[in-house]
Amino acid sequence: MTRYDLTPLVQPLLKNRLPQFVVQAIALGGFVFAIIAGLIGTPVGSRNFSIVFVWIGWWALLMLIAVPLFGRAWCSVCPIPLAGEWLQHGAMLKPNGKGFGLNRRWHNKFRNIWLQNISFTLVALFSAVVLTQPNITSIVLIVFLFVAFAASLIFERRAFCRYLCPVGGFIGLYSQVAPVEVRVKDSAVCAVHTEKSCYAGNAEGYGCPWQVYPGALTKNTYCGTCLECLRTCPHDNVAIQLRPFGADLLKPHGRKLDEAFKAFIMLGSAMIYSAVMLGSWGQLKAAAYAVGSSAWLLYAFAFLIFIFGVLPASFFVATSFNRKSFTHFAYALIPLGLLAWIAFSLSFVFANASYLLPAISDPFGWGWNLFGTVDFKWTPLLTQVTPTLQAAALIIGLAWSSKTAMQIGEQINAKARGVIAFCFVITLGMLWLLVG
Amino acid sequence: MWIAHTPSMDRPIFRKARWDIALLTIAALAILFLPAFVAAAPPTARIYRIEARSFEYTPPTIQVNQGDNLTIEFASTDVVHGLYIDGYDLNVVADPRQTATLTFIADRSGSFRFRCSVTCGALHPFMIGKLEVGVNWLWWQAVGFTVLTVIAVSRLPKSSRLWKSDLT
Repeated sequence: MTRYDLTPLVQPLLKNRLPQFVVQAIALGGFVFAIIAGLIGTPVGSRNFSIVFVWIGWWALLMLIAVPLFGRAWCSVCPIPLAGEWLQHGAMLKPNGKGFGLNRRWHNKFRNIWLQNISFTLVALFSAVVLTQPNITSIVLIVFLFVAFAASLIFERRAFCRYLCPVGGFIGLYSQVAPVEVRVKDSAVCAVHTEKSCYAGNAEGYGCPWQVYPGALTKNTYCGTCLECLRTCPHDNVAIQLRPFGADLLKPHGRKLDEAFKAFIMLGSAMIYSAVMLGSWGQLKAAAYAVGSSAWLLYAFAFLIFIFGVLPASFFVATSFNRKSFTHFAYALIPLGLLAWIAFSLSFVFANASYLLPAISDPFGWGWNLFGTVDFKWTPLLTQVTPTLQAAALIIGLAWSSKTAMQIGEQINAKARGVIAFCFVITLGMLWLLVG
Repeated sequence: MWIAHTPSMDRPIFRKARWDIALLTIAALAILFLPAFVAAAPPTARIYRIEARSFEYTPPTIQVNQGDNLTIEFASTDVVHGLYIDGYDLNVVADPRQTATLTFIADRSGSFRFRCSVTCGALHPFMIGKLEVGVNWLWWQAVGFTVLTVIAVSRLPKSSRLWKSDLT
């Protein structure tokens, strides 16, 4: 398969820690500022920096650009694990050998993404509140920060990112479609390199924080693109490569049930979010928002039944009740899931992007006008073409998933018809919700 | 783009593929231009009353024919609400327990979301209703293309570059 080595173009920039550190520092500043704004600013979400910049600005950047084009690029600059990691390393830049923490090994039983599946589902269940109430957004961000910090002090490397982060789980899943990867150039070089400095670390950098041995890396799922291996490899044997979209989806090894369920959780959540947030059913919105009420309990029950019951059960039927086919074919749902999220986000982001300008001038909603943009009126963008873009995104997702299903079917010698029918029904459902 | 003819393209699989491509292209064009051949219902004047309260519209969906002269009497039953119609770029605002009126010709067919244009509370960004004007051709075209997509992909020759491009 064709690969283009981008390393000669970007290596000098990426080997140097400073550019990445600057972006991380800016992200951390924005993150802390969002927490403060959520706690002390106006409770009106569309006027508060925390809601506007996290759930409109960051979300748009993540789902429309970063994940589809650069995979886990966000993880390489994410501010959430930084404080803990700096303490764990005893340094903010290069290693100095003065690390701090218990450095415990993560339990084998939990070396999968089931906990990430649960953490994402928990956030998703409360999303109507989290996405609209600044103080709740702040509390959620603080919880992420503290759990990540504690995980860095107790466990080795980036345990939070790898096993707990609700966002990292789906970024990892969808990073398999991205046209960028970090891989070794020649595995024979790694085979004879006994020091394995990419995993163990050396004076130039840390051993892979994501607990991945780069020499054996075949998928993007757990590569956080932190680029430590690029810095530690003494043979310059690590490359950043451009590749065809979706290249990882057809790797038959390493397909697992936890990742398969992540595909269902994400696909189901995109459908439920589209119904709740972009639909015209007021009672459904009210139920999703009234956390703790009987209506919310019913909503939560229906949510869980849909993503952990209806979708997987229908897919099990579609894959002829065969567990192996179920797990393998679930990877065909990844393109459709990503495009469903893009279709959902297009409407949400274009309709609300104009809140960014007033929020940057008046981040707390206190009547400031720092950059003269506070009076910028709410202006929905591209409303005439958004439904067409959404329909196009979903049809591309269906084509991609169907083709992937047929190719996976070839690999495992199973018929893909049921999977394509499943994708067809899901696509019609999403089309109905978004443009129907 | 013109593709140069090569001897390998005379192979039966490519002859079959060319027929498939031709038929699918005709079907795609038919789906694309179908709306031009379907007559719309005669336009009329209609008046709808839409009531807004946090965070829903009643009725949540209104249906009119393409070309109708539509008057929306927009009333709010609690706080200030707005009604902005996507695709038409029209906006009306109603004060609490007041009615505002918006009149326009619904000349564009399709399904258009209308949404609250005045910050009204926590779920304000998601306060959405639906205006359906005539036949929602985008929806039917999307359904048509969805069916064509499945047919096209399932008939993709396994010897094609598209099939092999990312198999490892």
